[in-house]
Amino acid sequence: MSQINSKITEEIRSKVKALLSAEEIAAFVGFIDGTLPMTARPFTARSPEDADRLVFNSFCVVNPAVYLPPLLKSLEPPRRPTDPLPEGPLPKVGILATGCWSRNISIQLQENQIARERVVVLGTGCRGMVDMRKVGSIIDGREIEKAYELDDRISVSGKGFSEEILLEDVLRDNCLTCICPNPVIMDHRVGGQVPDRRVDNRFPFVDEIESKSLDKRWEWFQNEISSCIRCYACRNVCPLCYCPTCFVDDSRPQWVGKSLDPADTSIFHILRAFHCAGRCTNCGSCETVCPMGINMRVLTSKLTKDVIDLYGTEAGVDSDAPLPLTTYSETDRQDFMV
Amino acid sequence: MNKIYGLERADLEKWLSRWSEKSTVYCPDEGDGRGPASFSGWKVWAGDVLPEIKPGPAKCSIKTFYFPQPESLHTFSTASDDPDAFLLMEAERDRSANVLVGLRPCDARAVYLNGLPYSKDPYFQHRDSRTTLVGFSCLEQCSTCFCQEVGGSPFDTHRLDIAITEIKGRFIAEVLSERGEALVDGAGGAGPASDKEIAELDRLKNEAKVLKSDSGENLKAKELMALYNAGFWDSVADSCLNCGACTFLCPTCYCFDIQDEVVGNKGRRIRYWDSCMFPLYSQHASGHNPRGMKMQRVRNRFMHKLKYFPDRFGPLSCVGCGRCIRECPVNIDIREVLKDLLGVE
Ligand code: SF4
Ligand code: SF4
Ligand code: SF4
Ligand code: SF4
Repeated sequence: MSQINSKITEEIRSKVKALLSAEEIAAFVGFIDGTLPMTARPFTARSPEDADRLVFNSFCVVNPAVYLPPLLKSLEPPRRPTDPLPEGPLPKVGILATGCWSRNISIQLQENQIARERVVVLGTGCRGMVDMRKVGSIIDGREIEKAYELDDRISVSGKGFSEEILLEDVLRDNCLTCICPNPVIMDHRVGGQVPDRRVDNRFPFVDEIESKSLDKRWEWFQNEISSCIRCYACRNVCPLCYCPTCFVDDSRPQWVGKSLDPADTSIFHILRAFHCAGRCTNCGSCETVCPMGINMRVLTSKLTKDVIDLYGTEAGVDSDAPLPLTTYSETDRQDFMV
Repeated sequence: MNKIYGLERADLEKWLSRWSEKSTVYCPDEGDGRGPASFSGWKVWAGDVLPEIKPGPAKCSIKTFYFPQPESLHTFSTASDDPDAFLLMEAERDRSANVLVGLRPCDARAVYLNGLPYSKDPYFQHRDSRTTLVGFSCLEQCSTCFCQEVGGSPFDTHRLDIAITEIKGRFIAEVLSERGEALVDGAGGAGPASDKEIAELDRLKNEAKVLKSDSGENLKAKELMALYNAGFWDSVADSCLNCGACTFLCPTCYCFDIQDEVVGNKGRRIRYWDSCMFPLYSQHASGHNPRGMKMQRVRNRFMHKLKYFPDRFGPLSCVGCGRCIRECPVNIDIREVLKDLLGVE
């Protein structure tokens, strides 16, 4: 058992139990153990007893901020779309937040999707989450039947094998290039502060693709997305995607074809990435959840790199900084205009 | 009594060669996890060796074959000078005969189950009538396989034309249908399985049968509204993202939507995969959505498979392949839901 994470788990349980018992919050978004080895299920705790099931470990790969806006809305008294919000305080929601998750909460605040006074953030430093695919390739795709976590290793076993793997060898790529492992917003701290990671190059994959010729880049992109089944898990798991109807779902007008024509799949991926420009926190959820193993995060990373170059800002890190793509300034770079 | 043959690997490969003279033979292919091959999960047999058939079901189900994404139903012209403009013409159909080798019993069972609601669907039936299924029984199950709990078995033969079981390096092929017989008759070269092999096959089958449970009958006996109003749906829905990973990978999810696509002055009416997890799936033209809340959609996915379908057609509409369990981003596990439903009084 990882000492560090079990201590954080203990602290989360007791804090959330207290908050729910005192009815300070109506619900808490965290994680419980999943039914498969190395999985954690995002979970909404609604009673003090629920709090006892919460866990924190290196398998919490889904960014819980995605649940926040709809959950807050669902706790408001029912009313017609045009009716004003009722007077008085509305129920609050608690949420667990690491560095990147808190940055997404910060963006939801800046974009007016949630109200600060209704959110109680339990912040924790994050040492990175595990990439199941990396583990899978180390053990040659054999099926893992049991796994447990130590502080710096995970131990996995199955039919005829048992191995210990160093955590640093199987952390997700986005975690390896994380610039902000500690929460930027926090009402209560659980666990300790973690040291910043040493990141020499934040965009190794983007650099690799940028160095290719135009044709090769296109070839990479087409190959990368060719097995996409348009399940939209990458979109639905992203805390930035909250439009009531996504452009890919509209049918009148039909902006994008609905099946698997490469042109349509390309448009979906390009536009999804652009809609995240200057907002993506590199939390890695999209890439992690893709059932087909598509590395679409390279696209948002490229845009993150561009936004840093053009506007010098970083999504969600400074909650007072203006949002780069919705704020006009006369000094904005315009050299890309024709 | 079914004819049972015993084959060496080379004999089986010879069969495949003979079959590919008259039909297109497909084998499972997961490739390197990238590219169209890994999406469809099938590749045309290259005429060399039988690829390794890994334990458990392939990532993408046989649905990619039976419900092409998309399927052209009709074509039409939009040219103003065309006298037939906007007249729907029957789309060209695939006339080839296909043999699918190496699918697992759960996928074949899915074809049988989908055939119940699609019994009058000309597209499905056309494809099915031209497809011969040669399955491999499962001597090893994955931890997410639960076919026995939903009416199947590692040796299930529903819809299979030939079922092959590997016993001590030899392939024991059970011919189950006329279509299977036609394949084997023309191929020659294989002798009957020995009595010992047949006895071993029976032993394996019986062993698998013992595990069978009757969740389907149990659920059919339960009152629909009690299941519908059960308390646990909210908590399942709390975690769900309403994406399409589960339904798109599921071999028994067969829902589709239809739209017209026009390029230049040529149009086609296609049907393509839809998912009851998507809000638009049930949205009415008026704007009203009878399943407007996430919980209602989550409930529908499970109720359809585990209650509405069996009430209407008999068996459960889940073959226990476990794909949805493996690939759900948030670990929603149909085995838990099944257990919860069975616990409803
Ligand atoms: S685009 Fe991907 S990495 Fe960026 S915030 Fe959304 S889920 Fe996270
Ligand atoms: S999660 Fe993967 S398969 Fe699904 S739409 Fe996104 S890229 Fe495509
Ligand atoms: S059950 Fe899982 S895979 Fe299915 S819609 Fe919900 S989140 Fe997506
Ligand atoms: S519901 Fe899940 S386990 Fe059942 S057939 Fe579909 S993918 Fe397989």
